[in-house]
Amino acid sequence: MLAYLIRRFFAAIVMLLIVMLVTFGIFFLIPKWTGVDPATMYVGKQSDAAALEAVREKLGLGDPIFVQLFDFVKGILAGRDYTGGGSTIHCDAPCFGYSFRNEQAIWPVLKERFPVTLSLVIGAAILWVIFGVLTGVVSALKRGSLWDRFSMTVALAGVSLPIYFTGLLSLAIFTYGLHWIDGQYVSFSDSPGGWFSGLLLPWITLAFLQAAMYARLTRATMLEVMGEDYVRTARAKGLSESTVIGKHAMRSTMAPILTVLGMDIGALIGGAILTETTYSIPGLGQAVLRAIGERDLPVILGVTLITSAAVIFANLVVDLLYAVIDPRVRLA
Amino acid sequence: MTDLNKTGAAVGEPVAGERPSDAFLDVRDLKVHFPTDDGLVKSVDGLSFSLEKGKTLGIVGESGSGKSVTSMGIMGLHTAGQYGKRKAQISGEIWLNGKELLSADPDDVRKLRGRDMAMIFQDPLSALHPYFTIGKQIVEAYRVHHDVDKKTARVRAIEMLDRVGIPQPDKRVDSYPHEFSGGMRQRAMIAMSLVNNPDLLIADEPTTALDVTVQAQILDLIRDLQKEFGSAVIIITHDLGVVAELADDILVMYGGRCVERGPAEKVFYEPRHPYTWGLLGSMPRIDREETERLIPVKGSPPSLINIPSGCAFNPRCPYADVPKDNITRTVRPELSDGGSGHWAACHMTPDERERIWTEEIAPKL
Repeated sequence: MLAYLIRRFFAAIVMLLIVMLVTFGIFFLIPKWTGVDPATMYVGKQSDAAALEAVREKLGLGDPIFVQLFDFVKGILAGRDYTGGGSTIHCDAPCFGYSFRNEQAIWPVLKERFPVTLSLVIGAAILWVIFGVLTGVVSALKRGSLWDRFSMTVALAGVSLPIYFTGLLSLAIFTYGLHWIDGQYVSFSDSPGGWFSGLLLPWITLAFLQAAMYARLTRATMLEVMGEDYVRTARAKGLSESTVIGKHAMRSTMAPILTVLGMDIGALIGGAILTETTYSIPGLGQAVLRAIGERDLPVILGVTLITSAAVIFANLVVDLLYAVIDPRVRLA
Repeated sequence: MTDLNKTGAAVGEPVAGERPSDAFLDVRDLKVHFPTDDGLVKSVDGLSFSLEKGKTLGIVGESGSGKSVTSMGIMGLHTAGQYGKRKAQISGEIWLNGKELLSADPDDVRKLRGRDMAMIFQDPLSALHPYFTIGKQIVEAYRVHHDVDKKTARVRAIEMLDRVGIPQPDKRVDSYPHEFSGGMRQRAMIAMSLVNNPDLLIADEPTTALDVTVQAQILDLIRDLQKEFGSAVIIITHDLGVVAELADDILVMYGGRCVERGPAEKVFYEPRHPYTWGLLGSMPRIDREETERLIPVKGSPPSLINIPSGCAFNPRCPYADVPKDNITRTVRPELSDGGSGHWAACHMTPDERERIWTEEIAPKL
């Protein structure tokens, strides 16, 4: 078990390094090869030659690639100084880059927005796991029943309807129509109640989309597990049906759900753009959307890195949980 | 029932209407049908037998003959955990210790499962839950039926593992099924099924998934444990060698029905049904000449949706035309007593069958 933990942990760290290299490559090397001056991407369209030259100097774009890579990694680990054009900008560790356009370091922005996105995704995940798995289990046990057909139809609708439809619909009804929920995001430290009510609709909307998928996945897995020999053995032992389902069948059903959950949470941390935009939630997704519009490259780079880290971390947690659930994994 | 007393055989022809039975296990006219899109699958179609404590009954037949469906039926596993609309249709009577199971409350039957009747399955790797330790699974089986704390149950589990011959049981109790070898897994499975001292043990192909070298050990273990616990045992198998070692009585199934049954030595040495002849002919024997080929039963098992009319075996039977008037294809033969509790369902007369067996079949075996 310990060997497995250590191996997974190191695999995660190596993965992070690779992601860092690839990201560096995308943002620094490819522009160079394709003949685009990366400096233009850092300054913006309406920039004069002097400003361009200053940025070039600050980023060290004239340096050899390995020096650039070293500066890039060093920035993340220890912070760095951008010197050029007669001025020096200090960027504290972890320095994920500096937006010359908005004249601010990226990390504070990420630090402020990351918990917002995280609370959106985790809250929604709790909802979708509870409702998705429950619906799936009941559907599997009552296969072919009216409930099964109904919930699977709703699930299909849930999978098919995009967030900007269900999200806007929920806003139109509950916020602008009935005035039940204010619908404005408030940070938790300002007002826990406002934070909760502000995130309630986004949680439900995002969870509806995901729960639909989880219901279908749970149903299919449950049906498969119910046909396993060890479920029959559990019944042959004289266990009550609730123990057979709740303990023996559920344990196996959870394994694939957990795998998908890890990937979903990781992916949504960087990609809850639609939900954040629909509900004006100041999270990472909104930041990256704005950055794309403004061609603010350092922000995109920062979000990319932090998202990759989130995906890797979520999968690390899943791997560990998986080993807790399935003893055979510990050997792998 | 008088036959029983005379011969001492455990298998007799149960008499309808006489209830409750004094036999320990008495199955009467058991039918298990499954509705499917293609039609009604008659997996078991009128099966009767009885079994006394301390005796072993071997149920033999090819795949799809209804052996496993019968055992699942006795355990009540067709109705337990059935979800959805398609339910197995079960009729007949199953008397265990004077209690009829098919009409009993499902929860009462559940309480008998694992305590009064237990089952060993074919493949212990898939029959044991991969995510729980062997110990936990045995403890669970014990605690469903005994109101004891985990510690006491664990001591009992270790005791059972020791009894079935697992070395270092106090350590192995915390192992997972995948950490056991195939033979050890089946031993653990047996330990789990015997943890509550069941009166009836059903072993569904207990050695099929095991190495040949381990098979004999497992069969010995089952035999020893039966002597020790005095339970009634049903061994289900397609391997005549297995029943030859263990069974007091043999029941041969074909197409969901019993075609022959009786004391083991009778069925083995004086079989009275062409299908049993076929089974014996297709079994490799150590005393057979090396150059001799095995004789397979020609054709394939019958469709359980459209069971052949008349004798279900007639399309594959080399002697289907021996009885007159095409009767083998129109009338279903009933079991008839050939003496000494040896029953067979065949249209040929006992004399014809005896002649064919002694003159044509036996010399080739």
